[in-house]
Amino acid sequence: MSAPFLIGEGMTGGYGKGPAILNDCTIAVNPGEIAVIVGPNGAGKSTAMKAVFGMLNLHKGRVLLDGEDITALSPQQRVIKGMGFVPQTHNIFTSMTVEENLEMGAFIRTDDFRDTLEQVFTLFPILRDKRRQAAGQLSGGQRQQVAVGRALMTKPKVLMLDEPTAGVSPIVMDELFDRIIEVARTGLPVLMVEQNARQALEIADRAYVLVQGANAHTGTGRELLADAQVRQSFLGG
Amino acid sequence: MDLLNAFVALANFVLIPGIAYGSQLALGALGVTLVYGILRFSNFAHGDTMAFGTMVVILLTWGLQVLGVSFGPLPTALLALPLGIAITALVMLGTDRVVYRYYRMKKADPIIVVMASLGVMFIMNGIVRLIIGPDDQNFADGARFVINAADWRAMTGLSEALTLRTSTVITIVTAGLSVWALFWFLNKTRTGKSMRAFSDNEDLALLSGINPERVVRVTWIIVAALTVIAGTLYGLDKSFKPFTYFQLLLPFFAAAIVGGLGNPLGAIAGGFVIAFSEVGVTYAWKKVLGHALPDALEPEGLVQLLSTDYKFAVSFAILLIVLLFKPTGLFQGKSV
Repeated sequence: MSAPFLIGEGMTGGYGKGPAILNDCTIAVNPGEIAVIVGPNGAGKSTAMKAVFGMLNLHKGRVLLDGEDITALSPQQRVIKGMGFVPQTHNIFTSMTVEENLEMGAFIRTDDFRDTLEQVFTLFPILRDKRRQAAGQLSGGQRQQVAVGRALMTKPKVLMLDEPTAGVSPIVMDELFDRIIEVARTGLPVLMVEQNARQALEIADRAYVLVQGANAHTGTGRELLADAQVRQSFLGG
Repeated sequence: MDLLNAFVALANFVLIPGIAYGSQLALGALGVTLVYGILRFSNFAHGDTMAFGTMVVILLTWGLQVLGVSFGPLPTALLALPLGIAITALVMLGTDRVVYRYYRMKKADPIIVVMASLGVMFIMNGIVRLIIGPDDQNFADGARFVINAADWRAMTGLSEALTLRTSTVITIVTAGLSVWALFWFLNKTRTGKSMRAFSDNEDLALLSGINPERVVRVTWIIVAALTVIAGTLYGLDKSFKPFTYFQLLLPFFAAAIVGGLGNPLGAIAGGFVIAFSEVGVTYAWKKVLGHALPDALEPEGLVQLLSTDYKFAVSFAILLIVLLFKPTGLFQGKSV
């Protein structure tokens, strides 16, 4: 099997000059796949994703995007390289309209982005109805749709979601997962961190269980769901 | 009782001066609020930068007057305005390059940047006094009145006169155009939207590929334009004195905070709230009340709540009330 499209390989590092949070952690995702990072609180799930995105210093390891070493690039430069990132919080421009949020997502593009806007509106029909409304007035689930839509506007080569379902109701969560599957079916690799481990593993083509910043279990979502040890330790039997 | 004359007196002494002063404050407060929203610090150098920009316009105006250039009934200063804005914008960009950029790169606390702006304020203050001196400068020329008292009386036959000075009309028209242009820019252009995005959520703006240094540069240029326009209008309407311009810092901040720091619409509303409060509290109401009330109730005193020397107390009082009861301002801004 050839090298994955996006891989953070053997990552060791932490924030600033602080202690290492990640210990030789490896995360990868391929086109058409949903890769999910799960694990107990404080395991370094979000940190692992931020490391892939260049938001912390790696003492060891490297990040490859489509075979290119991007370890030294800043997050902004990685966005230009084609990484779309949706932070867990503060992921929309609250005082701007939905449409303006999406426009800002396409800021780095110099071509006509109307077709992408149309695709986002097709994927999230509610955003079309609310496009003139300030994004800050929307419900939690709708805000997440704006956030994902904003990231999609750059036409990324890979989409990274940090706990997209944090703080939304179970019904909205299911719907968001459906949308994310739809995005992945278009061939876009999706890497996400999730609190709701069971639901996330159900849709994962590739799953990583992290414990204390290191890979504890790796496999497809189904494999991990079937793994007695994983079930015992995180899924409550 | 003579309500018509009462209204004319009110318009002449309170409404029209209040609108003119409010427009000037609004432009100044817009500059303060833009710097706060995008560069995230309170720019104490704002008043003295305004003095600097106005001084440049005055020097250019004198130059034009020497050359015999005039703008007909309009003040020559309006011709000097564009070049004055350009020069002040360069000075502001230079200041940013040598002072503020350093702290931005270091991600310094806002309070440190505020102190740095205090230093910039003193330097600007010194430069202005060195070049043009601390005294009053009058640079208004062209027609003084659109409607003068004699014409008004001849036109209407009322005993109270409504005078409309050219500088007042210019202030209101120019301020209106500037505000319209600013809002058009912020809401309709890509660069303007990127400024709002940056002000709203800096991290996400960076993730969206918005270049922060470009946003900062454009902000300084816009602030320079607003500041020089505000200073020139104030100078034409009243007079130019460096110390007065420094003192205007207080009403500017009061206006920006009353409206909600970082919110441009709030800055405009705040400017008018402060202006009307100041004018209303320091105006001697005897004349208006004398017309409006029955003869028996005619006031004997001046009915002036506060001497004009204390007008800054009004800004202070409003500032305190807003900070105590509505820290985010009338329009939702950032709390201080």
